[in-house]
Amino acid sequence: MSKIRFATVWLAGCSGCHMSFLDLDEWLIDLAAQVDVVYSPVGCDLKDYPENVDVCLVEGAIANEENLELIYHVRAHTKTLISFGDCAVTANVPAMRNMLGGAEPVLKRAYIELGDETPQLPYEPGIVPELLDQVRPVHELVPVDIFMPGCPPSADRIRATLEPLLRGEMPVMEGREMIKFG
Amino acid sequence: MSITTLKINGQDVVTESGKTVLAAAKEAGIPIPTLCHLEGISEAGACRLCAVEVKGTPKLMAACVTTVAEGMEVETHTPKLQDYRRMIVELFFAEGNHVCSICVANGNCELQDAAIEVGMDHSRFNYRFPDRGMDLSHSQFGIDHNRCILCTRCVRVCDEIEGAHVWDVGNRGEACYIVSGMDQPWGEVSACTACGKCVDACPTGAIFRKGTTTGEKAGDRAKLEFLVNARDKQEWSR
Repeated sequence: MSKIRFATVWLAGCSGCHMSFLDLDEWLIDLAAQVDVVYSPVGCDLKDYPENVDVCLVEGAIANEENLELIYHVRAHTKTLISFGDCAVTANVPAMRNMLGGAEPVLKRAYIELGDETPQLPYEPGIVPELLDQVRPVHELVPVDIFMPGCPPSADRIRATLEPLLRGEMPVMEGREMIKFG
Repeated sequence: MSITTLKINGQDVVTESGKTVLAAAKEAGIPIPTLCHLEGISEAGACRLCAVEVKGTPKLMAACVTTVAEGMEVETHTPKLQDYRRMIVELFFAEGNHVCSICVANGNCELQDAAIEVGMDHSRFNYRFPDRGMDLSHSQFGIDHNRCILCTRCVRVCDEIEGAHVWDVGNRGEACYIVSGMDQPWGEVSACTACGKCVDACPTGAIFRKGTTTGEKAGDRAKLEFLVNARDKQEWSR
């Protein structure tokens, strides 16, 4: 049997979930023996998300055009998409800007009102991705196969989610150890 | 004392007449999930989490406000009820702004616990992200309406145990929120005795002591039940 093609992506999140993933410590060595890491900000240097990915951990909410483009691409080329952490599952802290009503008041606050020198709104089409008006959890845009809440999910929770998948089984996401938010 | 006999999940239960289905189930060791119920204060039937099926009626009944009746047959954990409970909890999360990771009550929140209990790993309802605001005008406490689930425990505890009736419910529907005094800033309500019972009664992190940061709101819900027992039954030790 060929190895499981494994990826992780980082959208609008703080990278804390990826740090928690690195907290798997020596189990990462066992994992590396069982999977091919084909795309990951912490595990691989490839720049383009490949085709035929078996399992992908998606950290972060959908906050800008780049996140949106990437999540559609990831969904189209991934068998098992896992919403990885509270930002992916609930939009969490990145979505607190939604209460301000759109991208414009957020940009004005950050770049004009709080801009100490030459305050200006960032505008570089094709280079700086535009903010979406509302930050959304992943499953409001594409279907998600497994939800792993937590801010961040502990290394134990990540391992308990991935281990059954490596055996070809679905993890049971129940109980405080697996689905507590926050 | 007159006695009522009923069946809960097929189990024969004998209880004092006039009790609620929720109380009878508790006595029989059958746990029913709740959020707006709090020992020591009146029932509101606000959250509907304790909904049960009663044979002979198509409607789901809130166990906390349904009185036991002779020969009643109650089911507390059918698949239909489990579905509804999960939906109710998801709606709570989607309705307000419940950001567990940065909340004072993280790790000690009844809404968070309810989500685990009903098996909610995500909300199937789109989040509303309402702009609800907060009131930090009181010298010791704050209320963040974003975290409020309108259980009205604060309203009842302040009225029934403290006797101050600082809190009430204003508006209707999605604009519904907890008001202090005559819809004044909390800090200007002279009726408030700053006793802090609303802080203990609040199931989430909506009402908190100032200076409490993420995960630090410990809460002491049993204190309210103790106070009621102390006054009613002269039990002055815990």
